[in-house]
Amino acid sequence: MSKLLMFEKPVGMRDTLPHIYETKRKLKEAAEQEMGSWGYRFIETPALEYYETVGDASAILDRQLFKLLDQEGNTLVLRPDMTAPIARVAAAKLLKERVPLRLAYSASVYRAQQREGGRAAEFEQIGVEMIGDNTISADAEVIALLVSVMKKSGLEKFQISLGHIRFTDELFRQILGTEERSEQLRRFLYEKNYVGYREHVKSLPLSSIDKQRLLQFLALSGGIGCLDEAVKLIEGSAGSEALDELKTVYERLKEYNVDQYVTFDLPLVSHMSYYTGLVFEVYAEGVGAPVGNGGRYDDLLEKFGHPAGATGFGLRVDFLLEALEKLEDEAGIHCVLFSNERRVEAIQEAQKRREAGECVLLQDVAGVKDVDKFTESCKSVTFFVGKSSNGGEG
Amino acid sequence: MLTIAMPKGRIFEEAAALLQEAGYQLPPELDESRKLIIEVPEENMRFFLAKPMDVATYVEHGVADVGIAGKDVLLEEERDVYELLDLKISPCYLAVAGLPDTSLNEVAPKIATKYPNVASTYFRGKGEQVEIIKLNGSIELAPLIGLSDRIVDIVSTGQTLKENGLVEYETIVGITSRLIANPVSYRMKNQDISTLVSRLTNTIAEKAVQ
Repeated sequence: MSKLLMFEKPVGMRDTLPHIYETKRKLKEAAEQEMGSWGYRFIETPALEYYETVGDASAILDRQLFKLLDQEGNTLVLRPDMTAPIARVAAAKLLKERVPLRLAYSASVYRAQQREGGRAAEFEQIGVEMIGDNTISADAEVIALLVSVMKKSGLEKFQISLGHIRFTDELFRQILGTEERSEQLRRFLYEKNYVGYREHVKSLPLSSIDKQRLLQFLALSGGIGCLDEAVKLIEGSAGSEALDELKTVYERLKEYNVDQYVTFDLPLVSHMSYYTGLVFEVYAEGVGAPVGNGGRYDDLLEKFGHPAGATGFGLRVDFLLEALEKLEDEAGIHCVLFSNERRVEAIQEAQKRREAGECVLLQDVAGVKDVDKFTESCKSVTFFVGKSSNGGEG
Repeated sequence: MLTIAMPKGRIFEEAAALLQEAGYQLPPELDESRKLIIEVPEENMRFFLAKPMDVATYVEHGVADVGIAGKDVLLEEERDVYELLDLKISPCYLAVAGLPDTSLNEVAPKIATKYPNVASTYFRGKGEQVEIIKLNGSIELAPLIGLSDRIVDIVSTGQTLKENGLVEYETIVGITSRLIANPVSYRMKNQDISTLVSRLTNTIAEKAVQ
């Protein structure tokens, strides 16, 4: 590798310059306030965790983890998501105090990028976890809150796709019989390879009716009507229970008046094994990847020694900013320029304006080379320069 | 507006013909035009031409909603895109080839290819450790000049291999062109993309009957 140049950063690491910072701050503030107003309490966890605990339990692929060693030789990871650390805290402490738990977070997570640039390796995630409540009301609340957070963040054109992992599992189990065969087929869905899925189904030793059922499954997306189609593909109670859950959650979302943001997508498989019930992804116009995702993960807490059902969502702040497009102006700062003989006046003027809620910068004119250029980005300027006792407005 | 990434070269003509057979009004100058981006307002579509190897990249990043890409590209690049439809055009296959009656070097078997990821996965799957040498073209040259024992490359008629005195040792996988879609576009522009898929599906089925 060639010698690093002084301006270089590791792949996928990004700076946040003042005007982007300002936009991001406002967006996060709006989102955090909304989550707080729904009774979710914010927590922070360390950036470093053990690879064997949080690293292993996390839904993020092993090759995306940043790993390092501590002095004792333990492998550490930079947290790749917030769900696993929160599950750790909940299982070890918080669940003993209160159930169900409503927790929220707003923090940077780290995912190593294998290939070329264009993808952030460090980004902020903002989200909630509802732990210890297995009701559909909990799933509905989380999705309703997600819609509310998106709107408060200033986004209007977005869509949530909803699926149910137990329906997929049950349909595959009924038709294919073994977990091994189901997993093969589920992998095609996970890789979004519909062509491979169809070819694989055609090659299986199944009746033409069963093949047709598997092929029709791919088309189960769109409005609530696709659930009626789904009923026809499945036998027995386990699969139709999953469909009932989807219907019920849709009814609840109507009660929250947010059903217009929701569509169904039954072949949606966000992860090979992590989720256990409802799953969803959020898409926003103008952003090439989902801005967020979530679902029910009832098996995670058990790994930390305290079995409990859980559901939640996480949104990527960098993608939300991309969807927002417009950035805040840096302006809004008032500038007070002074020369040494009128310094006291200038300080008093600045303090008066700050107390009134203005952002004021106080600058000794002797420290500025080009006054016009310096004050260019300020919304207004007051001069306390020279012997005159009248402050001049600029 | 649907933005479509089309592959330059070999696949382009067949892909454009397929779209026309499916009833899409494409401008005749699409392939000759020096313009990189061509709008077709009547169809509410926008086309651009890209290197075949790059089509999946444009679609993954969402600057194209859909694209037409060879399965070879999808296997090599492993991009996060929906593979919606086998267009059944530009059929060919990936194969292992080399000079006749030769075996792999025992110490460090070398494989030259434009598809390092595919080649590496294939030989690992067979339980063989090989060393991959990435080349960008004229792969057939590598065994002739002594750079590698084998090559992994696209074969359509086998003519090029024959002309260079090479023989096929193994077939890896059959290749055709696929319709791919960006995961967000697939949801946000579902109506347009579904129409495209069903029209193409019908055309492909009709062609299969003929």
